[in-house]
Amino acid sequence: MSDLTSLTISEARRALRKKEFTALELTDAYLAAMEQARILNAYVAETPEQARTMAKESDRRLAQGGARPLEGIPLGIKDLFATKGVHTQACSHVLHQFKPAYESTVSANLFNDGAVMLGKLNMDEFAMGSSNETSYYGNVINPWRRKGSNAALVPGGSSGGSATAVAAHICAAATATDTGGSIRQPAAFTATVGIKPTYGRCSRWGIFAFASSLDQAGPIARDVRDAAIMLKSMASHDPKDTTSADLPVPDYEAALTGNIKGLRVGIPKEYRMEGMPADIDALWHKGAEWLKAQGAEIVEVSLPHTKYALPAYYIVAPAEASSNLARYDGVRYGLRETGDDVISMYENTRAKGFGREVQRRIMIGTYVLSAGYYDAYYVKAQKIRTLIKRDFDEAWNKVDVILTPATPNAAFAPGEITDPVQMYLNDIFTVTVNMAGLPGIAIPAGLDRAGLPLALQLIGKPFDEATLFRTAHLMEAAAQFTARPERWW
Amino acid sequence: MSIDRNMVRRIAKLARIRVSEEDLPRLEGELNSILKWIEMLNEVDTTDVEPMTSVVKMSIKMRDDIVTEGQNPAAVTANAPKTEDNFYVVPKVVE
Repeated sequence: MSDLTSLTISEARRALRKKEFTALELTDAYLAAMEQARILNAYVAETPEQARTMAKESDRRLAQGGARPLEGIPLGIKDLFATKGVHTQACSHVLHQFKPAYESTVSANLFNDGAVMLGKLNMDEFAMGSSNETSYYGNVINPWRRKGSNAALVPGGSSGGSATAVAAHICAAATATDTGGSIRQPAAFTATVGIKPTYGRCSRWGIFAFASSLDQAGPIARDVRDAAIMLKSMASHDPKDTTSADLPVPDYEAALTGNIKGLRVGIPKEYRMEGMPADIDALWHKGAEWLKAQGAEIVEVSLPHTKYALPAYYIVAPAEASSNLARYDGVRYGLRETGDDVISMYENTRAKGFGREVQRRIMIGTYVLSAGYYDAYYVKAQKIRTLIKRDFDEAWNKVDVILTPATPNAAFAPGEITDPVQMYLNDIFTVTVNMAGLPGIAIPAGLDRAGLPLALQLIGKPFDEATLFRTAHLMEAAAQFTARPERWW
Repeated sequence: MSIDRNMVRRIAKLARIRVSEEDLPRLEGELNSILKWIEMLNEVDTTDVEPMTSVVKMSIKMRDDIVTEGQNPAAVTANAPKTEDNFYVVPKVVE
């Protein structure tokens, strides 16, 4: 039997239904691969027993001919999603030993569709980071390395475990979340496909809140078709999340028609940043050419407030985080450090439980929301958000999708970026999308001169993920990206 | 706007995070470099611009005011570091 872990979801789905192998065999192949790949530190908890139980149930259903959409497909779940009775700690020490009594809506949707859970995936603490260096459980290592080098590279973040696990074939696909770029940037660093859907497309219920007006779940997968299959199952209207959209979820796989004739593709001139690496600029041009060759029309557009999105984000996101993370006080769950009184118990618990980056963001958020500063910072940032959204609304009068680079650079080494603001700049091309609530997808498109993957991003109109998938699918075909990280682990 | 050491102390207090005296200079530097970068926003004229309250236009949903889940104190307190008879235990608050 060939290596079962090399199959995409669509390939495995077909083979399972044709009884070429069982769901249990598929799951066991992944469990064995996970064991061999522990050096990548992608999983913070492996759940082999649960996985085998779920796979056996899938085999029972496959035998009866009642297969659900993801029957027997082994997935990794980001540690930010509550999974009932299973390690869920947002990779923070403050949630020490936490095991929720409930299941997040997104993971429940996947399991109701027949998916198998392999384990919980590493991430930046509370999804705050762009390199997966802030996890309490240590760095995740990117399976990709520079040509001729043995040096470790970061997988990006915050969904670094998800991206590494998908790239290293130690899960068929993974759940992830994106507040400023946390799906698309790690996808770009690992040559995987990651989509952040429109705000409201997936329920946020049971996903630990970071910045509630920006957080959105989405998949990281091996190709565009798999991402479409995953999002179809993940998305739903959920009465438990009042911001989840009461709209039908289209069949995204059916949107992969292979036809974008007449599609208008916008190129935002403000994304042509000074000092952009030549490889990324060249790839961006190539991307436009690929779409043009398929019958799309390329149109220059202007998004004048682009450069203000990231600083405005670093007001809005920390402000919301400082409020959301107030609940971790050592009383109801997780870590408790003792103190002389209740206040010092809180202070000691939060000092020990939160890592440096999380503390930094809570403090920035506390400051911008404090009396006397609220208007100057928070209200100002929300006004700029209106302007960012207005830029996009105007662009949508002229174009159907917008094409940009996904990241300003390829993967870097752990410890290479220590200045917080420098680290934040990793999200410069992705964060506008969160600020405006739009869908965005990162697609692997080429290698840089060091042999590391680079990606392009497509941005879509609200709730028009179908057009993104259709366009991304053709871009994927044109890019003919077949490179794989050489297996060193 | 830059913040001084006393302000960092005050923010830490408000955020309920114990910060040692040795860590104050580092935090002061980091927070100031972030705040300085954010000052870029002052270039933008936001007169007569409404602050965004919702990224996607949606009407606020109403639901019936009924208990949907509850009566399960054991599950609610199961993850607490210290409990007694399904109550959370904290250091004494009232003398």
